[in-house]
Amino acid sequence: MDLLCHVRDFVLAAAEGAGEAAKHGEGAAREAALGVQAFKRVGYLWLIPFFPMVGAIVNAVVGARLQKRFGKSVVTNLAIGAMAAAFVTAAVAFVDLVGQPEHERLLVNHLWNMFTAGDVQANLTFALDPLSMMMVLIITFIGALIHVYSVGYMAEDPDTWRFFAYLNLFVFSMLLLVMGDNFVLMFFGWEGVGLCSYLLIGFWYKDIDKAKAAVKAFVTNRIGDFGFVLGLFLLFWALGGQWEKRSVIPPHESRWALADPAHLYEARAEAGTTYVADPTLSPQTPPATYAEVEKLATPEGWRPGASIATRDGGKVRVGPTLSFRELRDQIAVESTGVKNRLTGLTFFGMPLLALVGILLFVGATAKSAQIPLYVWLPDAMAGPTPVSALIHAATMVTAGVYMVARLNFLFALSTTAMTVIACTGAATALFAASIGFVQNDIKKVLAYSTVSQLGFMFIGVGVGAYWAGTYHLLTHAFFKACLFLGSGSVILGCHHEQDMRKMGGLKKYMPLTEKTYLYACIAISGFPLANGFFSKDEILWKAFDAGNNLADPALGKVIWLVGWVTALGTAFYMWRSYYLTFTGEYRGGHGAHESGDAHGHHGGLPHESPRSMTWVLAALAVGCFLTIFLGLWGPAGVEPVLERWLEPVLAPSHALVAARGAHEGPLAEWLLMAASVAVAFGGWAAARALYKDAKSTVPATLAAKYPRLHRWVLDKYYVDEAYRKTVLAAIWAGAKACDLFDRVVVDGAVNAAAAVGRFVCDVDGAIDKYLVDGAVNFVADGALGFGRALRRVQTGRLEHYLYAAVAGALAVVLLTFLVQ
Amino acid sequence: MSQLAPGLPHFLVVGAVLFALGTYTVVTRTNAVGILMGVELILNAANVNFVAFDRFNPSPHLSGQVFSLFVIVLAAAEAAVALAIVLAVYLNTKTIDVTEADTLRE
Repeated sequence: MDLLCHVRDFVLAAAEGAGEAAKHGEGAAREAALGVQAFKRVGYLWLIPFFPMVGAIVNAVVGARLQKRFGKSVVTNLAIGAMAAAFVTAAVAFVDLVGQPEHERLLVNHLWNMFTAGDVQANLTFALDPLSMMMVLIITFIGALIHVYSVGYMAEDPDTWRFFAYLNLFVFSMLLLVMGDNFVLMFFGWEGVGLCSYLLIGFWYKDIDKAKAAVKAFVTNRIGDFGFVLGLFLLFWALGGQWEKRSVIPPHESRWALADPAHLYEARAEAGTTYVADPTLSPQTPPATYAEVEKLATPEGWRPGASIATRDGGKVRVGPTLSFRELRDQIAVESTGVKNRLTGLTFFGMPLLALVGILLFVGATAKSAQIPLYVWLPDAMAGPTPVSALIHAATMVTAGVYMVARLNFLFALSTTAMTVIACTGAATALFAASIGFVQNDIKKVLAYSTVSQLGFMFIGVGVGAYWAGTYHLLTHAFFKACLFLGSGSVILGCHHEQDMRKMGGLKKYMPLTEKTYLYACIAISGFPLANGFFSKDEILWKAFDAGNNLADPALGKVIWLVGWVTALGTAFYMWRSYYLTFTGEYRGGHGAHESGDAHGHHGGLPHESPRSMTWVLAALAVGCFLTIFLGLWGPAGVEPVLERWLEPVLAPSHALVAARGAHEGPLAEWLLMAASVAVAFGGWAAARALYKDAKSTVPATLAAKYPRLHRWVLDKYYVDEAYRKTVLAAIWAGAKACDLFDRVVVDGAVNAAAAVGRFVCDVDGAIDKYLVDGAVNFVADGALGFGRALRRVQTGRLEHYLYAAVAGALAVVLLTFLVQ
Repeated sequence: MSQLAPGLPHFLVVGAVLFALGTYTVVTRTNAVGILMGVELILNAANVNFVAFDRFNPSPHLSGQVFSLFVIVLAAAEAAVALAIVLAVYLNTKTIDVTEADTLRE
């Protein structure tokens, strides 16, 4: 360390001496804006994911036995205790984080190095910055509430232990995802939540439809993960692969072409701003000479692993990295030249950053249910309702939004990627909302609403309004969890009925559920001063104001319009679900379900859910209310709390996004806000007129008048069918071709080889049988035949022997005579 | 020596006749005792030859006479053993017909 300081002083002096030679001095002022991210090392962050992990392991290993022996309460208390402990630890971390100076709010807990392979260094390191802190608080707080809720909801399921083990495992994976300091941990969590989603959607795996929905979710996510990993590889390669290559391949021969090599290094040529030190210097090596430092600073001499010191005394190690913090430093600290390098890189003629952004976003489209990979989320409603609330509304599906916000410094560099994200988000928002209009299954309405709201979030992070997208993530987590849990309460109260046409009038039977659902509806439809109003309005405003952040300045206005229409739709379908469910007369009919029903204890009438569930609903509604204050703007010039809180994380992209904005005036903002309020009330009024007390006949008339349109939307535009006909058909065709190839070519080859083998064996067998065995048998047969012939001589009759003896004697006599 | 005085050939002829008769007896009889009698004839044919050769030997030393006495003793012993065997065969097969006693054949 001393030596490095020594080198730095030496180089600084040398650089000052050469100050006159610098040609780009004017960039220095701009340069000083962002330094290296300072952080604080702590030792307790690992506890946050540790508790749910322990809960999951204990419940998975001995949960069944515990439940049998001591009853369900042990299992559920264990899981809830783990969540509570995680939340308390997170709260402690929050206090710690708040105590830090604003731009040093990063807690890092390095545990150990998992593996190092070349430049890939995967550390088990947890990090909490304001963004991940917010996510961790959402996950542990809402997660804990949903655990409590699940006790009531799953009361009659025999596999309680399995459910809670999965839930804890999910929370553990989700915490890894948001707390991981590097891409490896994030991807680990990313896969882990996918697995838990699969396990929980298929929790009632004996129902084939649910098992199929689970597989669908898993497979769809795999497609996205593939894109995510590709994006990761490309980014890693761009950070390191090129510098390695440059030493052996001249740039014009490399597939990696620099847009303007000379431009890329101008920042470093500025006198006094940067210098290069070689980290491989051992203490014995004398300090680098000026000439050596100069050489390291040239493109040819520069290599990954070199440390670039910044003027504020920090040090940035450039080159390939998986750590978010190091990546942020490389890109945010302009003197490293990494930012310019990355923006200049192309890959097969395409801008590399756009490609990386789009590929990473492909991962997000699957995880966060965006077009074209959203199809799994509505089917995922097959899982138990708490799962829908926790995984498929509040936390896991927002992982994509979190990822984009986390990498804001990267995404903000490519307007192409931003455009793709924003447009996809807008299209998804509108598309999903329109399907939500006509669904009759209460959970399906909420599912499409979730898809639609996720679209909103992507509009936010797509147009560079990272804090707005994140704020919508937060508010959505609360009101959608509340809505889902409310629907779960309704489903339980109506004896596992999910069809809204068979509900109605539940206000009378389930007052508390109705109140919380009503409040969540107000929040989601963006009534003034509800939390959904602030988050959605901020997103729409930023979209309108996007300007050059998108490929075409006019696109922002189009996206705003789409979002505005979607907001109208949101208000409409949410209030439709409210009025259908809670007003009018109960349409469930008596005795429809009581026979053989697990919930038959109240006869046919709906009933309010147990207290453990309604209190959770109340807590979430209160949370909905409190989150208003995070997004509330103060007097002019005072930023909302959350924006200020997230500012350190979003700083690297802030100036860039702001500079590209359209800078519409405050009048436009007020007008847009008025428009938002108008659609919120418009949607509510329309739904009220059409669905309140189920009196109006207009919906039925409309459906009858346009049966094909109604059918078309009700059947979700036949997207699933289209996928089946196109993508799945192609995959099936591919599979069949592979099968044919397997059967004809591979099996043919194998069978041919077998046939040849069999022929050789036949020949060999024949040789063995007829030649070898023949010879052996011939000898044996000969001996046998000879013996058989000889046997005749020994008759056992004395006279015969005597005849022979006499004959022999006579022969001897005769011979004697003849010889003589 | 008169012309009628028996010479060596005469004895040899008697011995040969005895041997032939004995052999014929052995071959033709199926009765074990008959066969034994044939064997005795053969042995005695040999004795006649021994005695005759010794008598007409130009330098007699009585070895032929002694040998024939041996053979007589031997024949007695042989007859005793053979009759014991015949008895044993009879006890097993209830007959002394040698053609019946063929269980050891093959």
